[in-house]
Amino acid sequence: MSIKNLDQLYRSVIMDHYKNPRNKGIIDESNVTIDMNNPTCGDVIHLTLQVEDGIVHNAKFEGEGCSISMASASMMTQLIKGRTVEEAQSLATVISNMMLSKEYDDSIDLGDIEALAGVAKFPARIKCATLAWKAMEKGVANDSEQL
Amino acid sequence: MLSKEIRNHFPILDQEINGHPLVYLDSAATSQKPRQVIEAISNYYNLDNSNVHRGVHTLGNRATEAYEGAREKVRKFINAKSTEEIIFMRGTTTALNMVAQSYGRANVGEGDEIVITYMEHHSNIIPWQQLAKEKGAVLKYINLEEDGTLSLDKVREVITDRTKIVAMMYVSNVLGTMNPIKEITEIAHAHGAVMVVDGAQAAPHLKIDVQKLNCDFFAFSGHKMCGPTGIGVLYGKKELLTVMEPIEFGGEMIDFVGLYDSTWKELPWKFEGGTPIIAGAVGLGAAIDYLEEIGLDHIERHEHELAGYAMQRMSEIDGLTIYGPLDPEKRAGLVTFNLNDVHPHDLATVLDMNGIAVRAGHHCAQPLMKWLDVSATARASFYIYNTEADVDSLMDGLRMAKEYFNDVY
Repeated sequence: MSIKNLDQLYRSVIMDHYKNPRNKGIIDESNVTIDMNNPTCGDVIHLTLQVEDGIVHNAKFEGEGCSISMASASMMTQLIKGRTVEEAQSLATVISNMMLSKEYDDSIDLGDIEALAGVAKFPARIKCATLAWKAMEKGVANDSEQL
Repeated sequence: MLSKEIRNHFPILDQEINGHPLVYLDSAATSQKPRQVIEAISNYYNLDNSNVHRGVHTLGNRATEAYEGAREKVRKFINAKSTEEIIFMRGTTTALNMVAQSYGRANVGEGDEIVITYMEHHSNIIPWQQLAKEKGAVLKYINLEEDGTLSLDKVREVITDRTKIVAMMYVSNVLGTMNPIKEITEIAHAHGAVMVVDGAQAAPHLKIDVQKLNCDFFAFSGHKMCGPTGIGVLYGKKELLTVMEPIEFGGEMIDFVGLYDSTWKELPWKFEGGTPIIAGAVGLGAAIDYLEEIGLDHIERHEHELAGYAMQRMSEIDGLTIYGPLDPEKRAGLVTFNLNDVHPHDLATVLDMNGIAVRAGHHCAQPLMKWLDVSATARASFYIYNTEADVDSLMDGLRMAKEYFNDVY
């Protein structure tokens, strides 16, 4: 088996986020709630955010899905906490470019999400990696006017 | 077991995927196509292509003969009384929607009941949900036994005199369960309801006899039985089809067109508006010839044996859960399973790296996933070209996946 290929996908940092998800749960005092699913495979995410004055103060997720989708959700919440809505949106663009094997802006601190770059080589799994990010983008876009 | 020679009829199987020989275990999603079918379609386009039912010219006649010849092959294949009962459609989904839109709208009213089961594919749920919502009718579900089969007692409890339509799959695409359609049809008829059968997973694998089943409608797709995509069949009893209204209007289906009113052609053409799926029908006809040459009884036996072998081998793996009846005689040639905490997508990726194609996800059966209390499963499905060696490859892949994820977890 091409274990080497698999290791590009299942980087240890991804498996760590899958096994020990950060920010798992629901924020009771959240002002942004998004539910999103991947209709072709059944992955689901319930994302709650606390956004004030254009800053994401807190982010938590609940969900069910494969290692890639859940690890990506964990990384996403970890990374956007304390950042501005604009920064969070730029990070979503980074992920999207990463998945399309395009150049991405690495001037921002990408933290653990650089580990997701290997997913681009597994086209069937790109949707898994982007689910949480799409949910976040939708949430902050819907609410950016009143926040 | 079928001869390994059959494998050579399928050009696609002779290739490597990710450095390994392809092991195709996703035939319940779509089957591969033998050379005989590919050539029939290619010959049709190379030699006979024309529009049907109108040409005075020779090609027009050849195309019409090829198209109507395929209809006769389908009639024989499912033992319908007449070709008037065989309507070519895009696939099972279109066929079931047609029954809901035409028969359903005309015959289901407020407070009437439509009965389906928990194991249905989305294509045999949503058309009825929509109909029930539109008409104020009640959609009822027959619950399953613990092993994923149906009990006739539960069927009798749910079907009442208010039931107008009973719709269910013959063979489950997830559990592999084969439902007692003939007996359930009797119960439906005793209450004055019609019986609609989703035969998508049955027609490729079992000898179908619609007269023996006595069902009122039977839908299936060509692409799951060695035929091309985009062609399927709706069988309906002539007395029902005769009084049903078409839902698609236009060319090909009309008799006489006036400025403000028109009349329809006779059966089956009144349901086939527009230029029909001619090459698709020719391909389906060739697929039927191919399957009949092998023999449906052989195919059924082969799949029982392969499913039995797969279940026996898979039970050697600790932490592997198989869904559906464990008796191979009670199931068709597919095995749906989960391996410990390894998510089916992760499992399918590891198998794919070994050249093994399986399905992972909810299999278009979200209510059933809920019933099984899982969000997704993996499925290996077998067809005539699969062998015990394919099952052995699957086993190797599963063992590797288990080891790999044990290490990284």
